[in-house]
Amino acid sequence: MSELGTLLKKNVREYGMYIALAVIMAVFTVLSHGVFLSSRNIVNLLNQTGYMAVLAVGMTLVIVIRHIDLSVGFLSGFLGAVAAVAMTQWNWSVGLTIVFVMGLGIVAGLLTALPVASLGVPAFVASLAGWLIYRGALMLVTASTGTIIIPNETFNALGNGYIPDLFASEVFLPSLHKTTLVIGLIAIIAYIISQVLDRRRKMQYKFEVLSSGLFVAQLIFVSVILGFITWILAGYNGLSWTIVIMLGVVLIYNFVTQRTVLGRHIYAVGGNPEAAELSGINVKKITMIVFASSGLMAAVSGILFTARLKSATPQAGQLGEMDAIAAAYIGGVSAAGGVGSIMGSLIGAIVYMSLMNGMNLLGTDISLQYIIRGLVLLLAVIFDVTTRKRAA
Amino acid sequence: MSDNILEMRHITKTFPGVRALNDVNFAVRRGEIHCLVGENGAGKSTLMKVLSGVYPHNEFEGEIILNGKKVEFKNIHDSEDAGIGIIYQELALVPDMSVYENIMLGHEIRRGMTIDVQEMIKKSTELLKRVRLSINPSAKIKDLGIGKRQLVEIAKALSRNVQLLILDEPTAALNEDDCQNLLDILRELKTQGVTCIMISHKLKEVLSIADTITVLRDGQTICTLSREKDVVNEQVLIRHMVGRSIENIYPPRKSHPSKDVVLEVKNWSAIDTKSGRKVLNNVNFKVYKGEVVGLSGLVGSGRTELARSIFGNPDGYIVSGDIIFKGKKQRFNHPSDAIRAGLAYATEDRKGNGLVLIKSIQENISLANLQKVSRNGIINEELDKQTAMNFVDSLSIKTPGIHQLVMNLSGGNQQKVSVAKWLFVEPDVLIFDEPTRGIDVGAKYEIYTIINDLVSKGMSIVMISSELPEILGMSDRIYVVANGTITGELDGKSATQEVIMQLATQY
Repeated sequence: MSELGTLLKKNVREYGMYIALAVIMAVFTVLSHGVFLSSRNIVNLLNQTGYMAVLAVGMTLVIVIRHIDLSVGFLSGFLGAVAAVAMTQWNWSVGLTIVFVMGLGIVAGLLTALPVASLGVPAFVASLAGWLIYRGALMLVTASTGTIIIPNETFNALGNGYIPDLFASEVFLPSLHKTTLVIGLIAIIAYIISQVLDRRRKMQYKFEVLSSGLFVAQLIFVSVILGFITWILAGYNGLSWTIVIMLGVVLIYNFVTQRTVLGRHIYAVGGNPEAAELSGINVKKITMIVFASSGLMAAVSGILFTARLKSATPQAGQLGEMDAIAAAYIGGVSAAGGVGSIMGSLIGAIVYMSLMNGMNLLGTDISLQYIIRGLVLLLAVIFDVTTRKRAA
Repeated sequence: MSDNILEMRHITKTFPGVRALNDVNFAVRRGEIHCLVGENGAGKSTLMKVLSGVYPHNEFEGEIILNGKKVEFKNIHDSEDAGIGIIYQELALVPDMSVYENIMLGHEIRRGMTIDVQEMIKKSTELLKRVRLSINPSAKIKDLGIGKRQLVEIAKALSRNVQLLILDEPTAALNEDDCQNLLDILRELKTQGVTCIMISHKLKEVLSIADTITVLRDGQTICTLSREKDVVNEQVLIRHMVGRSIENIYPPRKSHPSKDVVLEVKNWSAIDTKSGRKVLNNVNFKVYKGEVVGLSGLVGSGRTELARSIFGNPDGYIVSGDIIFKGKKQRFNHPSDAIRAGLAYATEDRKGNGLVLIKSIQENISLANLQKVSRNGIINEELDKQTAMNFVDSLSIKTPGIHQLVMNLSGGNQQKVSVAKWLFVEPDVLIFDEPTRGIDVGAKYEIYTIINDLVSKGMSIVMISSELPEILGMSDRIYVVANGTITGELDGKSATQEVIMQLATQY
């Protein structure tokens, strides 16, 4: 038990977020008489989270290297509109459109980064310029037609569709989405196998590992949670394409930040740019890469919500950057640089969206909603700062 | 005796692991110019920080008597109110504000609710006259040269009705004319009744201006000499400054450098684009394989600038000259070029720009050479951990584990992490800037042992150090740097502290 105690104490910041999410969900479930935790609502919640989580992931790395990117909200709106124009007016295919828009996102990110990396222009200002420019560009693209309706089913499925059920059956568990169940099962098995292999490797090298009792408890705990989520998702239409894309992005970024040279370099630049430079890391290059990734995420985000709305509007993406920043901070990123995880920002985005979703369910007045969101953001950051101080 | 403006009695100040001042007595007569000299780390600046209240009265032992009364300063404002003004090496002016705004900063003249600009300019003009500076008080500080800024600082101190003016190496960054001008102004202030304490490394200048000279060494007062009563010259001062015997704190080295030159720098000059100052001027030196080369010199002499300009020039100096590394003429445009070629540089400021303090030992050690523990850009976590553990063992880094954040380690252990990081790069030449700064004697010995071990394996070490005994105890050869150029090359065995000091204070 003392091992569990020290484990909890050591990771209080990390676990705090999960606990906060659990508490928020529990409160809304009780207040809404169970509606909040219904399959339909959870799937809806995650679909809503998708575009914001993706922006938050990009923003996290920007904040980790001590910068900020205010341009991503309107950039995502603008890129969504470009996608709409490409499909409706230029008659491009969905695939080509998506690749083109993602390329544009990368270019936009690089353009924001250029004055920051090479001239030392503050990122706040450089990206504020982007905020203005892309807002104008979005208005320009939608000026002649106003809202652009997208009739393409394939594209719209990215925001509204669900993965097909390959094992559909009228007899066996007719109300559940079987493919989703299978994927969930595979995920659980993959998780267990990877953890066991990892532990074995660590023991081979004589590294410290959890005691076997606690290890098994951890495996069971996470498996149950994964199983529960799978069950809920399968209870409605199964995994949506938005959830698949969001999870894909999170997995890739998680891998890059934790396991690759590039990831280490990004965090080193954030932790101490001068030491990083003197260690042979090209700080300019890292800055360019991180902003390019932020632009790319803006493109993905734009595609997701344009598809969700089945149209591009002149207001699309407004304040997206602020939501992403809030999600990243709730997820534990530090403005001092070098600290912040992708998983944290995903959870931050889900917490943030749970608040909106839950309060909407309860019919909370919109003005009160903003105030509560503000307070939660403040509380999260205060919690973060105080636990960090105590740890140091 | 009665006419002492200041007496500091039995001052002892300790930092964790270091006794910076040990029972120091220091007295200053009213109206004199009193110079404080000593090696780097002798305790001069610490003593002045004690006096000015940077260290509050409860953080040191001993007492301060000012104008015959015991004083206890809690902070700089207290000492300022008591008539003490201090001017630091790094000037405390706001570059984007005007001269008069800087002079009156924190003591603005008000008329009702608003600031009385006219009155402030008028008062500033009078003060500028006292330091014989004829500039527009509305000019921006950033448009002034370093010499004029120094004078503005003095004017600022005068605006506080300063009785005792402390100058910490005021001439270190000045050219010859500005130096003379400053010294003249100090003499004039003396006639106006201002007492001065000046810290300086430049002995000629000290001898030209001081009425009294106090020598500090290893945190103790060695002597106080009066220009009127005592025989004072450069030789006497140097002997007092360095006159200690070298204890046997340097492990013996069995290996000898080979005859192969691994690094040669020719006609190397560098200009700092920000200040326009020529920081390095026609530097020439050689490093042999398996050799420890000492770069000696005073703080600000250009040693670190030399190292950094060679190591990929991260400060963006305009450089000229040749680097011949391992037989090839090379120019490194980024630290990564230098590292790849086999040249490493461990910085003097391990906390500021050497290590990523908020990251673990493991992450710091492999940071400069992640290629070696990764394939296709993906890190082999086990290999990375194993690497860190091996270094923790071989360098005896004291830590509960490799996941410990570097900021939680002691200075000596942090330095070992820094060493490990550069050893992992497997360089041919390691430039080691102040390898033992701020670490205790035991850890120093370990670092020296590591250095010996490395050169015996064929690595070459360029050791930059402000500690003369360290330079003498460790170096096969010594270059003395002064004023951005090399003023002498000495053999490590026959060199003496006196000779080095003479070369280092040559301007």
